[in-house]
Amino acid sequence: MKKSVFFGTLAGAALTAGIAGATTLEDVKARGELNCGVNTGLVGFAAPDANGNWSGFDVALCKAVAAAVLGDATKVKYVPTTGQTRFTALASGEIDMLARNSTWTFSRDTDLKLDFVGVNYYDGQGFMVRKESGVTSAKELDGASVCIQTGTTTELNLADYFKANNMSYQPITIDSNAEGEQQYLAGACDAYTTDASGLAATRAAFADPENHIILPEIISKEPLGPAVRHGDSEWADIVRWTLNALIAAEEYGVTSANIDELAKGTENPEINRLLGVEGDLGAMTGLDKDWAVRAIKAGGNYGEIFAATIGESTPIALARGLNAQWTQGGLLYAPPFR
Amino acid sequence: MTSATDAPDRGFRLSQLIYDTRYRSLTIQIFVFCIVMAGAAWLVDNTIQNLNQLGKDFNFSFLSNRAGYDIGQQLIPYTNDNTHARAMLVGLINTLWVSILGCAAATVLGVIIGVLRLSKNWLVGRLMTAYVEMFRNIPVLLWILVCIALLTEATPGPNAYKINPATGEAGASMILFDSVAFTNRYTAIPAVQFERSLGAIDTALMPISLNFLALALALIGSIWVNRRLVAGANRVQEATGVRPVTWWKSLLILFVPVLAVFVALGGHLVAPTLKGFNFTGGTNVSNAFVALWAGLTLYTAAFIAEIVRAGILAISKGQTEAAFALGLRPNRTMRLVILPQALRVIVPPLISQYLNLTKNSSLAIAVGYMDLRGTLGGITLNQTGRELEAILLMMLIYLAISLTISGLMNVFNSRVKLKER
Repeated sequence: MKKSVFFGTLAGAALTAGIAGATTLEDVKARGELNCGVNTGLVGFAAPDANGNWSGFDVALCKAVAAAVLGDATKVKYVPTTGQTRFTALASGEIDMLARNSTWTFSRDTDLKLDFVGVNYYDGQGFMVRKESGVTSAKELDGASVCIQTGTTTELNLADYFKANNMSYQPITIDSNAEGEQQYLAGACDAYTTDASGLAATRAAFADPENHIILPEIISKEPLGPAVRHGDSEWADIVRWTLNALIAAEEYGVTSANIDELAKGTENPEINRLLGVEGDLGAMTGLDKDWAVRAIKAGGNYGEIFAATIGESTPIALARGLNAQWTQGGLLYAPPFR
Repeated sequence: MTSATDAPDRGFRLSQLIYDTRYRSLTIQIFVFCIVMAGAAWLVDNTIQNLNQLGKDFNFSFLSNRAGYDIGQQLIPYTNDNTHARAMLVGLINTLWVSILGCAAATVLGVIIGVLRLSKNWLVGRLMTAYVEMFRNIPVLLWILVCIALLTEATPGPNAYKINPATGEAGASMILFDSVAFTNRYTAIPAVQFERSLGAIDTALMPISLNFLALALALIGSIWVNRRLVAGANRVQEATGVRPVTWWKSLLILFVPVLAVFVALGGHLVAPTLKGFNFTGGTNVSNAFVALWAGLTLYTAAFIAEIVRAGILAISKGQTEAAFALGLRPNRTMRLVILPQALRVIVPPLISQYLNLTKNSSLAIAVGYMDLRGTLGGITLNQTGRELEAILLMMLIYLAISLTISGLMNVFNSRVKLKER
């Protein structure tokens, strides 16, 4: 009885609640600043330097969106979020978009009412152990204590993996990557597990990276991508196509070095449409003609961002692997700008 | 013609609700009640509207879904195939376990410190004062973190117990005849095992081993017989003034039956051994649990000590002097005369301390002990995204625990309070 009254109220409220507030785009423009949810600190992906300036692979996406929408890549407020707080922060409106190596899964996309707008890094879960432990395969981890960030998909993958291989383990739950790093180094756990990219980034920050190895097994698919709130498709489109613009720019050879030249007009109509020389794609998303030019100028195209933050010349030294363009055998494939 | 002497009865007027003292308080109460309810209704309505806007519903069906995650510390059987409800239960039992042990230890420690703080010995008294002031003036979270830091930094990793093939020696060695090992993850202690098993009763909560049940029954029986023995001795003392010697009989009654059952079932201790990464075979008491328990105990004991001191000081000095005049020694005076009377002052504020300790146990999150906050309010909340439901449920459970403790302690209080007839 109580229940039916409650749901009656719920239905009633649903009918009367025609209070669609301002859209996220309007909010961001009015505020003049983009609130971007990032990791609390994962070198290469999102980490503040000594002066509090954020940089990294995920941060670059925040900057690109801010440049596209507000015309200024510095107009970003970075909101550090943990695995626990990130989705709540997004749902509550504290942040406009989440760029925090979050895995795109079915239930997050549907039940949690998020919209993942694309994939900026194809990842998989791995394990890191101390070299001196002599472990060379994840299959040898039976009985180990494993540090695991709570509230993540990796937590569930870990349980599944050990069960499938009929092994036991002792989970040591931690809240953030920094805590995981500290626990792992203190010897509270034999292995640290998270996305392989996160492991590489964490290891790069160690004093003795050469004494730690990342095991060859990748136990899951972790497509990491930016997410926005469900129900604001206009804003979702902007973030999605900003990401696509960065990826397409690499495919077409548009770099931060030659973009000014190319923006004057080229022989390639696809580039012309992307850079607003031809047609007016920007207006279709509520932005102006030059949105993609600004987005690409903010940090370069996808390949430039990758190389500068997590690529092989950086301490994190991640290979492009799955994250190469489709033309180079990778999975990056931006839909046509037309 | 007669003139009316009484004031004319003009019936009930609306203004009486404000100006008539008979109705005024009722008016105010109804008015305030309406405001409070309107506020509550606004909050609920606001929540429902916001949830609607996000396209979320409100239901608890997630509790019957597969949890999918593992829990480090569990007192009842649990695997990742169990439901979220079961995971919640695991967390709840962990919360209760650390709370009960914490309350018990804090009471013992608190009473000792409270009594010693009144000691005539200057050094002992000042030391206890220092203890109380130090522990109650620093947040409990910091004490818990200090405990975990001490435990993890001062102890070696489990692999330090491995014998190094090059030197033939291990980096650390176990104590107490190779039965206890302190590591930076847990303390490995021996576990009890039986060669003969009487089987187990499978309840929904956990399988109960009949061996332990037999031991418990033997113990309860022994205690009952011992109480009869002591009561008999009391009767003899009251009748003749001479107390028969009972201590060795008590010892025999208390220990022999339990030991006999233990031996009959083939009970023995199994020492933990290092196998692979960790110690197995024994019981691993996690550092997270010990740190939480120690932190809560040390902190709450400081408050309990003050409560005990206040209770003792509330008893007039005449009671002590009368007891001394009867020839009672100081410690018997304390045990037989002062403390029983002090209890009626001590128990009510003690209830608050028990409630505080139980609620503070949710700080377990800081050390990774999987209590109710860690399972239901942590992992389940995150993996299902049901913030509102999980938090509401958690609040209800903590409320229920607190009300239960409060109720039980009130019953105890009514038993020890001064009987005025």
